[in-house]
Amino acid sequence: MTAAMRDPMLPRPFRIEKVRRELSDTFTMELVPAEGGGFAFAAGQFNMLYVFGIGEVPISISGDPGDGGKLIHTTRAVGAVTRAMDSMRAGDVVGVRGPFGTPWPVEEAFGHDLVFVAGGVGLAPLRPAIYQAMANRQRFGKVVVLYGARTPDDILFRRELERWRGRFDMEVHVTVDRGNPKWSGNVGVVPNLIAHAGFDPLSTTAFVCGPEVMMRYTALALEKNGVGREGIFLSMERNMKCGCGLCGHCQWGPHFVCKDGPVYRYDRIADLLAIREL
Amino acid sequence: MPGVDDPKTVTAALDMAGLDALIAALAERGYRVIGPMVADDAVVYDEIASSADLPAGVGDEQDGGRYRLRARGDGALFGYTVAPQGWKRLLHPPRQKMFAARRQDGGFAILPPEPAAAPMAFLGVRACELAAIGIQSRVFGDEAAGDPGYRGRLARSFVVAVECAEAGGTCFCASMGTGPQVEAGFDIRLVELAGHDRHVFLADAGSAKGAEMLSGLNAPPAPEADRAEARRRVSAAAGAMGRTMPAATARRLGEHAEHRRWADIGKRCLSCGNCTMVCPTCFCTTVEDVTDLKGEHAERWRTWDSCFSIDFSYIHGGAIRNEVRSRYRQWITHKLSAWHEQFGTSGCVGCGRCITWCPVGIDITEEVQAIHADGKGR
Ligand SMILES: Cc1cc2nc3c(=O)[nH]c(=O)nc-3n(C[C@H](O)[C@H](O)[C@H](O)COP(=O)(O)OP(=O)(O)OC[C@H]3O[C@@H](n4cnc5c(N)ncnc54)[C@H](O)[C@@H]3O)c2cc1C
Ligand code: SF4
Ligand code: SF4
Ligand code: FES
Repeated sequence: MTAAMRDPMLPRPFRIEKVRRELSDTFTMELVPAEGGGFAFAAGQFNMLYVFGIGEVPISISGDPGDGGKLIHTTRAVGAVTRAMDSMRAGDVVGVRGPFGTPWPVEEAFGHDLVFVAGGVGLAPLRPAIYQAMANRQRFGKVVVLYGARTPDDILFRRELERWRGRFDMEVHVTVDRGNPKWSGNVGVVPNLIAHAGFDPLSTTAFVCGPEVMMRYTALALEKNGVGREGIFLSMERNMKCGCGLCGHCQWGPHFVCKDGPVYRYDRIADLLAIREL
Repeated sequence: MPGVDDPKTVTAALDMAGLDALIAALAERGYRVIGPMVADDAVVYDEIASSADLPAGVGDEQDGGRYRLRARGDGALFGYTVAPQGWKRLLHPPRQKMFAARRQDGGFAILPPEPAAAPMAFLGVRACELAAIGIQSRVFGDEAAGDPGYRGRLARSFVVAVECAEAGGTCFCASMGTGPQVEAGFDIRLVELAGHDRHVFLADAGSAKGAEMLSGLNAPPAPEADRAEARRRVSAAAGAMGRTMPAATARRLGEHAEHRRWADIGKRCLSCGNCTMVCPTCFCTTVEDVTDLKGEHAERWRTWDSCFSIDFSYIHGGAIRNEVRSRYRQWITHKLSAWHEQFGTSGCVGCGRCITWCPVGIDITEEVQAIHADGKGR
C-alpha cells in the first residue's frame, strides 16, 4: 500500500532501460523504477510522464500488465514534451506519476468474442488488453484486432501485428487511409473493416481507441452490425495536467476523464459524444 | 483554562478593545491574522495587526460590471459585503510551488518540501465564503488523491466568521442556501451591531478551539436582546437580495447544452476569465515547469487557470472549446450542474462576484433565468 500513500503530485524517477524506434515519430521506452521495485497497473491506465524541467504529459501504458517488472510506454512525438522525450536515451531518467484512470474491463468480457479497434497510436493503449486477452485466450470466443493507420509506413507494432495474424486463434485486419505502390492490403477507414470481421455481435465486447471522430464512427458501425452499446468501450482523450481530479482540465460534462475515464462504456457517454465542443 | 462542555454555549459581547484582544490573542498563538482592509480602492484580505487596519465606515456598491467603495457614515468595520478576491487566494494560492528537483547521478532527485508557512487566522469570513471553503475542501479533500497542501492549510487555520447584516448589490446567497446566516465551519462567529449609540461585536463559538479562545478574552456574554436584534438584521438582509437563481433549471443546465442562449452569451462574453478568477470555488490550475540556466535545478509551479482560455482544452490538433459560447457553457454548466454530480452540491454560493467583476455585466442568474423561462425550449 505504500504506493497509495505517496503524494500523487510528486513524480517518481524511472530509468530508461531501452528505447525502440517504432515509426519515424513514434518510440517505445522500457522503464524501471530508479529506487527499485516494480510497477503494477491495469490495461488501459496511463501515467503522467515528466521530462526534467520541460513538462509532463499523459501517456498510456503499452506493456503487458502480467509483467510487473518493467513499465512500457509508446509515444508519438508531436510537441514540446513528447519531442524532448524522443531525444532521451537508455540510462536517462523520466519522472512517473500514476497509474491513473479506469481500465479496459478484460475480465468482464470473459465468454465473449473480443474485438479491438484501433486507429494510429491508439493501438498502444490497447496493447496491454490484447496481451491480457491472449494470456487468457481460452476464456474468449474469437479475438479480433482491427487496425487503421494513415499510410503503410505508419503501421505501429507492425511485426507484432504480423505475428498475431499468423496465429490460428486471432484474426487481424489492417487498413490504411492512403496506400503506396507496395501496399496491396485494405485502403479505407477502420470502421469499414467491421463488417468483414467474423464475430457474433450478440456476445461481443469491443474496445476502441483512436482519434475521437474515428471512435464515434466505429461505435456507430459496431452498433449497426448488432453490437449493443453496453458492449462497446472507448478511451477518451482530453487535456490533462494532474491526472487525479484536481486541475479541472480534463472535464467533459460531469466527468473528469482522468479518473472517471479514460475508458468509458459507450452507453454511458453516447449523449455527451454527440455534443460539439463540450 | 476552564473546561468547556459545549463550545456552542460560549458567547461574548466584544467592544473594540475586545476585538483587538481577539486579534492579539490569535497573533500570540502564532497565527498570521488575515482580515479586510482598503487598498487600491477595494477591500482586500491581507495581514492585519489590529482593528485600526480594518475598513472603518467603508461600504461598497456592487452591480453588474460595477464596484465602488462608499462612506457609510458610521464606524462599521464589516459594513462592506465581499471583497473582490476571497480567501481562495490564501488557501489555494494563485501560484504554488509543487516541488523542486535537482539533477543527480544521471537522473534527478525531488528535494524535500519547504517547511509549511505559519498557520492563518481568517477574520471576517462571510457565510457564502465559508460555504465556498467547504466546497473547495470537498474538491481537494480526497484522502487518497486530494491536495495535501489545501487540506493542511485549512486544518491549521482559525476561522472567525462574520454574518452579513446587509445584502450587497449582487448577492444571491439566500437563494443558493449558503447565507447570510453562518451555520457551520467556523471557530468563532461574529455579528456586528454598529449604531450611533454603541458598537458591539456579538460572538459565539463553533468549535472547542473557538470556545477556548473566546473564554480567554474574559468578555461579558452576549445579551439575548442584542442577539435577537442581530438575527433580525441578518434575516432582513436575506430578504433584501435582488437576485435569485432558479435552482431546478440551474441543476439541470447540462441538459440544455444546445440551447440558443449560449450563442447569444457568446456574442457578449469577452472570454476574459475575470469571473473564474474572482469566483471563490473555481479551482482549475495549470502547471509550469522551469529550470535554471544550467539545467541543474528544476521546479514545478502550479498556477490558477481558467476554462475561458483557449489553451485550457488544447490537445494535439487543436482546442476542444474553440467558440466562446462553448467556454461560457463549460463554466456555468460545470458550476451549476455538473458540480452536483461531482461533489454533491452546487459549485455556486451566490456571492455575486462574477456579476460585479464581469466587464460587460453578464449576470449568471439572468442567463439561467433566460434558459429557465424557455422551459425545455431548445
Ligand atoms: C489518457 C491519455 C493517454 C494518452 N496516451 C498516449 C500514448 O499512449 N501515446 C501517445 O503518443 N500519446 C498519448 N496521449 C496524447 C499525449 O498526451 C499528447 O500527445 C501529449 O500531451 C502532447 O504533449 P506535447 O507537450 O508533446 O505537445 P504540445 O502540442 O506541445 O502540447 C502542449 C500541452 O498540451 C497538452 N496536450 C497536447 N496534446 C494533448 C493530447 N493529445 N492529449 C492531452 N493533452 C494534450 C499537454 O498538456 C501538453 O503539455 C494520451 C493522452 C491522454 C489524455
Ligand atoms: S459563480 Fe459567481 S456568484 Fe457563484 S460563487 Fe462563483 S463568483 Fe460567486
Ligand atoms: S462572463 Fe464576463 S467575466 Fe466571465 S469571461 Fe465572460 S466577459 Fe469575462
Ligand atoms: S487531469 Fe487534472 S482533473 Fe483530470
